[in-house]
Amino acid sequence: MSFITRGFGGRSRERDDRLPPGQTLVHDFPVLSAGPTPEVDTAEWEFTIRTESGSQSWNWDEFMALDIDEVSTDIHCVTHWSKLGTSWRGVSLDTLFEHVETEYDYVMAHSYGGYTTNVPLDELLDGKAWVAFEFDGEPLDPEHGGPARLLVPHLYFWKSAKWVRGLEMMPSDEPGFWEQNGYHIHGDPWKEERYW
Amino acid sequence: MSDTIDTTAGIRAVPRAGWHVGTVVAVHRETPNATRLELEVDGWPGNAPGQHLDVRLTAPDGYTASRSYSIASSGDSSRVVLAVDKLPDGEVSPFLVDEVRAGDKLELHGPLGAFFVWRPGGDHRPVQLIAGGSGVVPLYAIASARAEAGDETPFRLLYSVRTPDDVYFARELKALAGTSAPLRLDLVYTRRAPDGWPTPPGRITREALEAAVVPAAQHPLVYVCGSTGFVERVADWLVGFGHDARSIRTERYGGM
Repeated sequence: MSFITRGFGGRSRERDDRLPPGQTLVHDFPVLSAGPTPEVDTAEWEFTIRTESGSQSWNWDEFMALDIDEVSTDIHCVTHWSKLGTSWRGVSLDTLFEHVETEYDYVMAHSYGGYTTNVPLDELLDGKAWVAFEFDGEPLDPEHGGPARLLVPHLYFWKSAKWVRGLEMMPSDEPGFWEQNGYHIHGDPWKEERYW
Repeated sequence: MSDTIDTTAGIRAVPRAGWHVGTVVAVHRETPNATRLELEVDGWPGNAPGQHLDVRLTAPDGYTASRSYSIASSGDSSRVVLAVDKLPDGEVSPFLVDEVRAGDKLELHGPLGAFFVWRPGGDHRPVQLIAGGSGVVPLYAIASARAEAGDETPFRLLYSVRTPDDVYFARELKALAGTSAPLRLDLVYTRRAPDGWPTPPGRITREALEAAVVPAAQHPLVYVCGSTGFVERVADWLVGFGHDARSIRTERYGGM
């Protein structure tokens, strides 16, 4: 049903094929959140993976002792902005799941502050996701999800849960906070899976 | 992991989002920098107070640009009101503010968002609205919905704005403040205040914020909308005053 908008020429003629449809390149770092920014002290921070049979937890020091990846990636927010070539440091979900046994295929990410978002497990493994704690060479700002956030750059950025504190394995896909409030259950930017 | 946030205002309670064509039926200069667009939207399912929509513009060569805008109206009507601030380096907002005229058609997707909403007829928990600049748009929709429903929930709006000329919905807000169950309106001017205004212009301070909001002891539901810097500062202070973080809902604009 798309039609030409009378009088609109568009400003940016240099299209970048790294930009998914409906996205605009930004150079700052906008924020999408639904409430106040939680303050989380790394001394109290803990990250837990919970399965049908038990759980595994890391405190901050234990987490920092894991293998750390440097990640350079494009990120895409559902509110139409993208950033290209952002640099992060974090722990790969492959590392975190190395000793986790589960029959379940779906994950609910839980955050400090009570927010949740759902992601299928196979979209988090094989080098596709991290728990990141550094952005651009600096500790991650609280308003951008610090001390640590999930980083799942191939999905819209609300899936990269800020202030992440754990992953809960689920037998079936369930909508999290953002998905219950209108965002797509999956969130692929290349298919413009923004809303449902 | 049991502190999951309450999502009772979830997606099932709002109309389903979809693509629509809106015809501009009225254009009104809202402030020197902003315009109000009234659209008749074919098939619009109505929207809850506080929701937003996406506008998608398409150039002759197929290039598209999409942005989100809060909706200033609510209810079952197919008439949708937007108020758009022109951003200095913007691509879409200058078009909407300077170029669009009555009769133009715009592609819209919505209504969107199910969390930053308020509906009349609830539990009458007091409501504090806090707006920075054009962030007043969804809050105006919420305050109007309350008045239209004759709901008497205590309501207060704190509105931070550059100058008296930059106030959106100035006449309408004044009217809402004069009803039998009035909206209590507090204005903060950041650049220029009216003659004789008791405080010099400037960013709102922590003390001024605390004095102008429903106290935490009354457990208000708080809606904050504005730039990221404004929202971060205000929400942090509110938590410091003892407001429950889960009673503070935020929406931000900016970045593009």
